[in-house]
Amino acid sequence: MGFDRREFIKIAGLSALAGLGSRAAFELLGPGELEATSVSYAAKESALTAKRWAMVIDMGKCLPEAGCKDCMERCHRIHNVPDFGNPKDEIKWIWKEAFAHAFPEQESEYLAEHLHHEPFVVLCNHCAHPPCVRVCPTKATFKRKQDGIVTMDMHRCIGCRFCMAGCPYGSRSFNWRDPRGKNAQGEPFLKEINQEYPTRNKGVVEKCNFCVERLAEGKIPACVEACRHGALVFGDVADEHSEVRQILREHYTIRRKPELGTDPSVFYIV
Amino acid sequence: MLYDAGKIIAGLVIFAAFFTVPFWYGSDKTSEMPKLELTAKAKQAGQCVEPKEQMRQNHMQLLDDWRDAAVRDGNRTYTNSAGKSYTVSLQNTCMDCHANKDKFCDRCHGYMGVSELYCWDCHLDPTKEKNLWASTDGNS
Amino acid sequence: MLEKALRGSRGYWLWIALLLGIIGVGFLFYLQQLRDGLTITGMGRDVSWGFYVAQFTYLVGVAASAVMLVMPYYLHDYKTFGKIVILGEFLAVSAVSMCVLFIFVDLGQPFRVMNVVLHPTPNSVMFWDMIVLSGYFLLNIIIGWATLGAERKGVQPAGWVKPLIYLSIPWAVSIHTVTAFLYAGLPGRHLWLTAIMAARFLASAFASGPALLIILCLIVRRVSRFDPGKEAIQTLAKIVAYAMITNVFFLLLEFFTAFYSGIPGHMHSLQYLFFGLDGHGKLVPFMWTFVVLAAVGIALLLVPKWRRQENLLAAAAAAVVVSTWIDKGMGLVVGGFIPNPFERVVEYAPTGAELLITLGVWAIGFLILTILYKVAVGVKEETAA
Repeated sequence: MGFDRREFIKIAGLSALAGLGSRAAFELLGPGELEATSVSYAAKESALTAKRWAMVIDMGKCLPEAGCKDCMERCHRIHNVPDFGNPKDEIKWIWKEAFAHAFPEQESEYLAEHLHHEPFVVLCNHCAHPPCVRVCPTKATFKRKQDGIVTMDMHRCIGCRFCMAGCPYGSRSFNWRDPRGKNAQGEPFLKEINQEYPTRNKGVVEKCNFCVERLAEGKIPACVEACRHGALVFGDVADEHSEVRQILREHYTIRRKPELGTDPSVFYIV
Repeated sequence: MLYDAGKIIAGLVIFAAFFTVPFWYGSDKTSEMPKLELTAKAKQAGQCVEPKEQMRQNHMQLLDDWRDAAVRDGNRTYTNSAGKSYTVSLQNTCMDCHANKDKFCDRCHGYMGVSELYCWDCHLDPTKEKNLWASTDGNS
Repeated sequence: MLEKALRGSRGYWLWIALLLGIIGVGFLFYLQQLRDGLTITGMGRDVSWGFYVAQFTYLVGVAASAVMLVMPYYLHDYKTFGKIVILGEFLAVSAVSMCVLFIFVDLGQPFRVMNVVLHPTPNSVMFWDMIVLSGYFLLNIIIGWATLGAERKGVQPAGWVKPLIYLSIPWAVSIHTVTAFLYAGLPGRHLWLTAIMAARFLASAFASGPALLIILCLIVRRVSRFDPGKEAIQTLAKIVAYAMITNVFFLLLEFFTAFYSGIPGHMHSLQYLFFGLDGHGKLVPFMWTFVVLAAVGIALLLVPKWRRQENLLAAAAAAVVVSTWIDKGMGLVVGGFIPNPFERVVEYAPTGAELLITLGVWAIGFLILTILYKVAVGVKEETAA
């Protein structure tokens, strides 16, 4: 026999390698093409759609309501965002930062009084060129082709936190501990739970998803719906007849760190 | 000729013992195959999103497909081979009918030895989470 | 050849037992981390990479430095390195193993690590880092084992080894370049956003790796009958000296660009590291330790009559190892996150559990190193006899 043990091991090893590698190669060339189905998947007819979802935050309407937290509370409740009670482990999707911190390069000691130390609402900017997507090694964070929303596949996240290093806006939070756990006093980190939305498990990153799950049902994002002062406007910035485009035409708006080339989709009227 | 025969045989014995641990470990236990139990709602519906046999064999593949369709492609409506449509959601569609996760999912998964699923680390177990939070509220 | 690692003196087995003990302790704390999450570390939402990633970055450099032996020996036929080139290759193997482990213990979902292979993502530098690191690991273990095996039999290595050796030279450069790109391509992290990051990484690698190798050579000579050779060690010392000077020069370039341009973002992290920022300065003493040790190391290595005294040489090598570790490990990784994107200073310090897990991984690396070196030295002793 011309087939000795050495030869056999060589061939077996190589075939195993080829087998492991080929699936990866197929995935790379045409994701999902390995499986064929006879059934169909589609977006709901009632779903809200856009080419590029964007948000305009009118600080003229927001700032006078200094103590208002409606948008944040609604968002965090709907998405089961836990409250760990310490800044190190903190998870947040939408929150307030003083102007000097939200726009550090714009800060000046002679800035208009009404802006200086006032809190600005900040959230994920759903960048057109998102660094978090660029760096993610598993495509767990990805930009939706249909509407530009930068969202996450929690099933796939390995918790390497490269995206947190990549995001220049501090918009990403890691689950340093189990969000379903309890603190030393035995109180759950999730005070109440929305049965229609999952929680996360420890060890994955999360962030604002522009309410993809609500848009799919034909509802606007929770924060926009919660704002009683009309300070948050959500719409398709690629549609020149949309409300956000109308506002952007008529007002001077700024974005956070546009010089980094990320092209944020959240605009501020100051 | 066998060099170091003693060592080799001892090694083989240890290997065999290790290799058969699952059999020794489970030798005193016998478990009956669990019976599938449906909720009233599931019984009334008559059929899942696909025929029973198909679900029994392929539910894991379907759940994977649903996951990718909803999360990655944003396609949250599933139209089955019979033309009927469902909302793609483990928590809100599957568990709406199969609200008895402990009986419907866990018993069989436990029996088959595939209970280490991480679905419920994030998705809410309709039989559990409500109680969990209620009990902590009640105590305080 | 592995059987050589199964026979050793009492001291050898005590050392192995000590390493296994440390590994055991580290493993216990890793189990705690698996259960409770990474909250048991000092990392948080602002400094989201810490001690683990710092060790990873440092050790990629140590691994890459094997090229400083391979290149002179195989490419320029510098025979003096013939005896120790295997020590460099096996050091690389052990260093890459630690790199992989440090990434693993840093993951929030370690059991999903294969997702990087199942969902290959070429736009992520981490994907490429995985490829170059695993490739480098294989190259060095294969080359090392094949050449050592041939040496034992007193024959030339097989023909296929040569091309692999030549491949390993650019590959060594690639592992540290790609690792630098993990950092250098991120907008908004000013300390890292520098075109000379890869060059700095390579310079500090070619200082730290050979410095560590000098210490290892001195130890090997003491505990075995194998002598790596005075001249080889002296050549290593010169390599360390000039690499370290280049490394410090590159750092000074960073200082010039940041402080002469006066752009706040470029200055902040350096200010934090060396002088403190907004009243926070936990790392300042460490960074000045780096400065002093770097200066001492360079001085001792540059002056021939000091360099030739082996006590001073060992001290100089140790100074370089520690100073590059502070600079490239802690300083670079942690400093990059401070101030945070909101220009707030949130500091970081590793916790006890984090330190013990780190120590455990180092112990695994040293265990691998000890076994490989035992084999290599055993073969050398055998062929010399």
